[in-house]
Amino acid sequence: MVGEVRRSGAERGAGPSPRAASLRGVARRNVALSFRAFRCWLTVYRRIWRSSIWSSVLGPLFYLGAMGFGLGSLVDAHGTASLGGVGYLAFVAPAILASGAMNTAMAEASYPVFGSVKWNKIYIGAQASPLRPADLFRGHLMFMTMRIAMNAAIFTVFMWIFGAAQSGWVVLAWPVAVLTGLAFAAPVAAWAVTVKNENSFAYMFRFGMMPLLLFSGTFFPISQLPGWLRLLAYATPLWHGVALCRALSLGHVDPVQALVDVAYLAALAIVGVWAGARTYRRRLCV
Amino acid sequence: MSSASLRMLPPTGRLRRLARGSDPSRPPREGMRSAGPFRGDPGSLRLIERHARVYRHAWLVFVSGVFEPLFYLLSVGLGLGVLVGKVPGPGGQPIPYRDFVAPGLLAVSSMNGAMYDSTFNIFFRLKYAKLYDAVLATPMRPAQVALGEIGWALLRGTIYAIAFTLVMLALGLVHSPWAVLNVPVAVLIGFAFAAIGMTGTTYMRSWQDFDYVILASMPLFLFSATFYPLSVYPRPLQVVIEWTPLYQGVVLLRDLTLGVVGPELIWRAAYLGVLGLAGLYASGRRIGKLLLV
Repeated sequence: MVGEVRRSGAERGAGPSPRAASLRGVARRNVALSFRAFRCWLTVYRRIWRSSIWSSVLGPLFYLGAMGFGLGSLVDAHGTASLGGVGYLAFVAPAILASGAMNTAMAEASYPVFGSVKWNKIYIGAQASPLRPADLFRGHLMFMTMRIAMNAAIFTVFMWIFGAAQSGWVVLAWPVAVLTGLAFAAPVAAWAVTVKNENSFAYMFRFGMMPLLLFSGTFFPISQLPGWLRLLAYATPLWHGVALCRALSLGHVDPVQALVDVAYLAALAIVGVWAGARTYRRRLCV
Repeated sequence: MSSASLRMLPPTGRLRRLARGSDPSRPPREGMRSAGPFRGDPGSLRLIERHARVYRHAWLVFVSGVFEPLFYLLSVGLGLGVLVGKVPGPGGQPIPYRDFVAPGLLAVSSMNGAMYDSTFNIFFRLKYAKLYDAVLATPMRPAQVALGEIGWALLRGTIYAIAFTLVMLALGLVHSPWAVLNVPVAVLIGFAFAAIGMTGTTYMRSWQDFDYVILASMPLFLFSATFYPLSVYPRPLQVVIEWTPLYQGVVLLRDLTLGVVGPELIWRAAYLGVLGLAGLYASGRRIGKLLLV
């Protein structure tokens, strides 16, 4: 108690300015409370990780096997000039990394967020605690980021083991995949909390995720798309994630292009984080 | 306990007999009389009617289902088809990749639709909506619930299969009049997987167990000769895959669509039918066990 008073007195005296010090205090409080919300999800996850780890490990293995080796054997036999001369496994694996991050993000940010309001009411219960809606959002987003990072890390290791990565830069494909996931998780969670009917998610998966997955240069280069569709593909966030992961995994990175990709994804994530704090407040503060 | 609430709790022996549908003291209700569990059965029709009423406001979800095959087939036509070129078809002759993969996608979509309907939705009704607790307080019996749920899944599957086949026809991916059988075969695939999925659902403890559903359906989806011919695999693996249920469906639909039809297709269809009937029987028993003790 005494120490605390003395410390705050010292801050007031020696800090750069009282305004900056109080801003720092607000930030520290935000982080501490968000982390508390995150730990709630961690407690839940500690009980259920066993079942999800199987699909996190085996899912990517199946995909690599089927797409990289099975389909890859057909593509490689037919000729890979349009892929830039690399084998199909090397072409498709980084794209599966990025789109897998998107999948995890959308799955973790849709039904679980909606369910926390409507089904198991975790958010409603948390309102009896000092946590504010924005803390709940940031805490949940931390948990989503952790899940995305876990799955992406497992997949990156598999890429390395199976020789799908052609360059050491692939270690940077992991954070890029996490950023790609975050660029989807934050906006989707911000929207999911406002949703009134869970059918909306069926539309999101059908008209959002599915076309993104199929037409963002994941399974084939977008140079094969007709002109207008190609322009549309360039505008999607998934394409930027896929392109950057692929460049890193193949080892020829164009720094300017990479900067554009990262800036685009980061902008989406930041907008999502900002919007989420607002939509959560509007939905959860009565 | 008051006598009124005691009267609301029938003795377990009677409830058991009710479950088997052999309660002589109970007058048969209009429309429910002499309805065996697997015959055209008004009880299960009522469950289907209930779902139709619930989904009346979500009809757009059904309509939007047409877009899924469209997206898939477009991406194959524009992208993967160009990369892969030609693959050996069912008769051994080389065929374009899009002709090869389209029937496989129909089989996958029938399986996935039926699986999700019979696992996620049924688990929700079983554990959260408590729908079957309410239903079994009526003269309906567990087998009728199982039949009704699977019937509903098949009804949805039929709509999707028709839409998918029409999209294939519009894109010029149908090469034989045998393809009219695509819809019943797709429904048969749906039947087999809905029945198995529903049986599995009765063993589920929480949502986390659904990771195992995905873990089971994903390798079927990826490895059942859907995206590339069986000849890609080494021989021992081929033998294993030839025995999986989705493979039967994929071969059935591919052969029908391309017009390479032989008598062995009957055995493949019978395989799926037996699987479905076994699942139907097992799920009816399981629902009775879960809710009527």
